[in-house]
Amino acid sequence: MGLVDRLRQLRAKVPEDDLEGRTQALVVHGNEFGFDPFGLSKQNLKYAITVARWMYRHYFRAQAFGIENVPATGRVILVSNHSGQLPFDGLVIASACFLEPRQPRLVRAMVEFFVPTVPFASYLFSRWGQITGTPENCRRLLSAEEAVLVFPEGARGISKPFNKRYQLADFGKGFLRLALETGAPIVPVAVIGAEEQAPAINVKPLAKLLGMPAFPVVPYPPFIAPLPLPVKYRVYFGEALRFSGDPDDDDEVLDDKVKTVKNRIQSMIHLGLREREHVFW
Amino acid sequence: MSSGEVTDRSIPSAGRSPSDSDLGPRPRKVVITGISGRFGRIVARRLHHELGWQIVGLDRRPMSGRPKDIELHQVDLRSKKARDVFRAGDVDALVHLGVMHDPRARPAEIYSWNITGTTKLLEYCAAYRVPKVVLLSSANVYGPRPDNPQFLTEDAPLLAAQRFPEMRDLVEIDHLLSTFLWRARETETVILRPVHIVGPVHNAPSNYLRIPRPPTLLGFDPMVQLVHVEDVADAIALALAPGRRGIYNITGPGEVPLSAVLGELGREPRLIPHPLAKPVLSFAFRLGISSFPVAELDFIRYVCMVDGRRAAAELGFRPRHGLRETIHAVDDPA
Repeated sequence: MGLVDRLRQLRAKVPEDDLEGRTQALVVHGNEFGFDPFGLSKQNLKYAITVARWMYRHYFRAQAFGIENVPATGRVILVSNHSGQLPFDGLVIASACFLEPRQPRLVRAMVEFFVPTVPFASYLFSRWGQITGTPENCRRLLSAEEAVLVFPEGARGISKPFNKRYQLADFGKGFLRLALETGAPIVPVAVIGAEEQAPAINVKPLAKLLGMPAFPVVPYPPFIAPLPLPVKYRVYFGEALRFSGDPDDDDEVLDDKVKTVKNRIQSMIHLGLREREHVFW
Repeated sequence: MSSGEVTDRSIPSAGRSPSDSDLGPRPRKVVITGISGRFGRIVARRLHHELGWQIVGLDRRPMSGRPKDIELHQVDLRSKKARDVFRAGDVDALVHLGVMHDPRARPAEIYSWNITGTTKLLEYCAAYRVPKVVLLSSANVYGPRPDNPQFLTEDAPLLAAQRFPEMRDLVEIDHLLSTFLWRARETETVILRPVHIVGPVHNAPSNYLRIPRPPTLLGFDPMVQLVHVEDVADAIALALAPGRRGIYNITGPGEVPLSAVLGELGREPRLIPHPLAKPVLSFAFRLGISSFPVAELDFIRYVCMVDGRRAAAELGFRPRHGLRETIHAVDDPA
């Protein structure tokens, strides 16, 4: 396929999405003002979804595999690899769960603690159903039968440099404790493409100076990765994993279970990388 | 009667020890501090008219429109005369509402009033064996913080004074009472931590919501919880029932963004970029143009919401007022 064909393919038809209908079909425990306890409102969500859908369908031309592994109802923890300097992987996973299955699901990601201090992001994230990443919040949502998205790599993952791409960083154990405690199944998710959206090197001295976990610099203007490259996203949803045991076990006991999830995601990443022909197509 | 359920729970027919009923029905006697405020009067009315308590008020201020059968002692909590109220040993309960929170008063005076006053009150309660102490604290003691979980439980640390030392009185009084709760086992101590109380009262949240053009922070719109002042009076009545002790968050009918509350009331918020808010508002406060205490800025920036499930399960507390009704209560005539 030549470049011209590729570019023509970019203008190919994307599936029509009934955003209005899907928003209405979402299960939201709202009060008389239309807000759920975490500040989510369908009214606000509509705007976000319009933008998210454009990013998902047109900009990233994302493909979702195995979406049937995400249960239509009931509590579930989605556990994914995290990369790309900016959390567009979260946006793509959430869009996939909203747009692809028959019954749309709202995925609630755990956001970093600094987000509530940023003007506008502070309340917009919560209007769109995203929540501050405390275990209490996660527990509350799971017991309300919601879908929670966790990136156990956290900041280690999202700010990893380009030469470490598709190698999983250390996993936190919090998600597994929550899974054991609430009896929620874990759906492993592998995101392919995000690693190349902002190929960055980590300038450690600058990071230290600014007190940030990492200071990624991309080799093209404006050097700080505000906009991702239009890579093609592939999202793989694996079969749900169920664990049993004591949530208060020592870290070493939990380690094996965490490793099971991590290995599952790593092998899904390998599979995804083998299947992909090109970063941008 | 509208509060039938509450009445049933609060005064079980055989609530007191048998020796009391032998002496014939003596109305139970409750000392209420801060009774002369609007909130104090609402609580007094509830306990007196609907539940038949004998009310003794403790306040430095006079109480306008005081019914004859309500006894008022216009004394300072720190003075010897306050002790005399308890000396007879017939006080059945203390309801401590008299936490001073006046942003215009001298901080040293407020501190002494609050801390010394509360310490003295607890001393009297221990000395004269008052069987029940109820403190009206506040959910604000947890402090609005960016990393707060959406709903704080009673076990969360009280961090309100971390960013604004002006809040330390509130926190310290709460600590005083929780120490008392564990130390004085003969007294049933109940600490109520209600969310923002709204109604025809003069407290910070109600005053704020009555401003026609209230200041808000550009780009911030935290979820807030409000509770109707009458519902808090219910909670106090429930806390007075024998057998109840502990710390309880008191929540209202639900959670809404601050902007929705202001919208419902038809207010037009004045948006201030948050880096400017502190200098601008503290300047305006000193000039007397604004009455918005800078110490409360974070309450319109971050969430400080609480989980009220313990009060529902153990006290049987349910707010009787709906969300809209509660919001509009700030405009109710006194």
